[in-house]
Amino acid sequence: MFSLEGITTSVQDWLFMKFNPTMALAMECVIVILLSISLFALLGLVLVLMERKVAAQIQIRLGPNRVGPGGMFQTVADTLKLIMKEGLVPDKADKLLFNLAPFVVMMVGMLLLAPIAFAKNFQIWDINIGVLYISAVSSLSVIGILMAGWASNNKYSLLGAMRSGAQIVSYELSAGFAVLTIVVLTGSLQLSEIVKAQENGWWIFKGHIPALIAFVLYIIAVTAETNRAPFDLAEAESELTAGFHTEYSGMRFALFFLAEYINIFIVCAIGATLFFGGWMPLHIGNWEAFNHIMDYIPSSVWFMGKTFFLIFLIMWFRWTFPRLRVDQLLNLEWKYLLPISLFNLLLVAVIAILGWHF
Amino acid sequence: MFLKEYISDVVNGVSSLLKGMRKTGYYFTHPKEIITEQYPDNRATLLLSERFKGEVVMPHDANNEHTCTGCTACELACPNGTIKVVTKFEFSADGKKKKAIDTLVYRLELCTMCNLCIVACPSDAIIMVPNFEHSVFDRTKLTKVLNQPGSKIREGIE
Repeated sequence: MFSLEGITTSVQDWLFMKFNPTMALAMECVIVILLSISLFALLGLVLVLMERKVAAQIQIRLGPNRVGPGGMFQTVADTLKLIMKEGLVPDKADKLLFNLAPFVVMMVGMLLLAPIAFAKNFQIWDINIGVLYISAVSSLSVIGILMAGWASNNKYSLLGAMRSGAQIVSYELSAGFAVLTIVVLTGSLQLSEIVKAQENGWWIFKGHIPALIAFVLYIIAVTAETNRAPFDLAEAESELTAGFHTEYSGMRFALFFLAEYINIFIVCAIGATLFFGGWMPLHIGNWEAFNHIMDYIPSSVWFMGKTFFLIFLIMWFRWTFPRLRVDQLLNLEWKYLLPISLFNLLLVAVIAILGWHF
Repeated sequence: MFLKEYISDVVNGVSSLLKGMRKTGYYFTHPKEIITEQYPDNRATLLLSERFKGEVVMPHDANNEHTCTGCTACELACPNGTIKVVTKFEFSADGKKKKAIDTLVYRLELCTMCNLCIVACPSDAIIMVPNFEHSVFDRTKLTKVLNQPGSKIREGIE
């Protein structure tokens, strides 16, 4: 049966056989870096195309269908175009920050890739505070956005960046609480432990209604955190032209664009890990035969399937709902999501203590 | 009381959002609903709306007759001087002098397709048709004479 674990173990064995341990470790690092960069590039191409196709279908259009079969190479062509383009830096921009900002945003995405379990025993870094690490690092992306907005020396950019800051700072709370409900149920911050705890059923089924509420809150909060419609106030085309990346062009713009999709992938991967069991196949309690059949589907397929389902959900939101106003956005967080998530956390704590979950 | 309002707010909000998602989800799962016309490929089978206004034409019947009386109502109705009616006098069979059109000049490049001339015409001599392939290399080709050469007014139209 196909498994990514087998490949990694054989590569590691081979490296340690041929080279001394330090050298082998360094080579492994290089391999991991290359793999994550290529994953980023591939995800950027796939997700942008997926978004355009989903958007078209929802809006009763056809979407890109000229470049390659069914428009498959549209995003490749777009990327080539962006590489060829001139990366313009405005005259009075803060050059250092302006050039640094897209890389900061990308870097955050790369850091977040570390603790995600892509398949069974296929994880870059299985730290015991995985969830904490994720929630801590994901808030760093606001620094990149603020840098971009400030350095552009443009009022649209600055307004977009400030909005983004306000938005990320407030929605982090309810995202954190939603994540905490699963931590309460599992009793561990380690992502591999969280996945293992879902061996006899995913948390969204095992955790009753509170887990479902937590999932809805999580999806809303991460949609806001990744600055996507209906919470895309940071770029709000109709008000701020393009928000914080108004002044960016060429490859720097492409990096922001890529970072947006990478962030979507990462939050969806985390959501899939927490609520849908990550790479864990669909197991139902003690149905041995059923569980055994499900195990035949490779764990990487399960993980990608769940993640792409969540990505589709977020895209569905984007092309259905109208954009919120700033005051509505903050109202939604502070008056609705936060109290509900606090109450939900209490409920989950009661359930976990009394052992009411399956 | 406050709590009741709060909960009903949340329930209303969620249910209305779900209603919207149901609609878009329906469109997503039903590709038959797609209305995109892949224009240059489907020129033969292009579907255009009845209401689409592309160009003013004057319909002529088999005997090369139209119904324009030369009343110049369209010319007066046109807000930007697109139509110019050149009239002449004809003598009918019983020797009476009668006004008729010599040429009805229509300048497509000035037309905004506002439909006011069509509304103003008392004898429905001109209509809007859904043509849209108007590109030409020479601007003078956009100035058109709507009545065909040798055409005359149909009997019984006053």
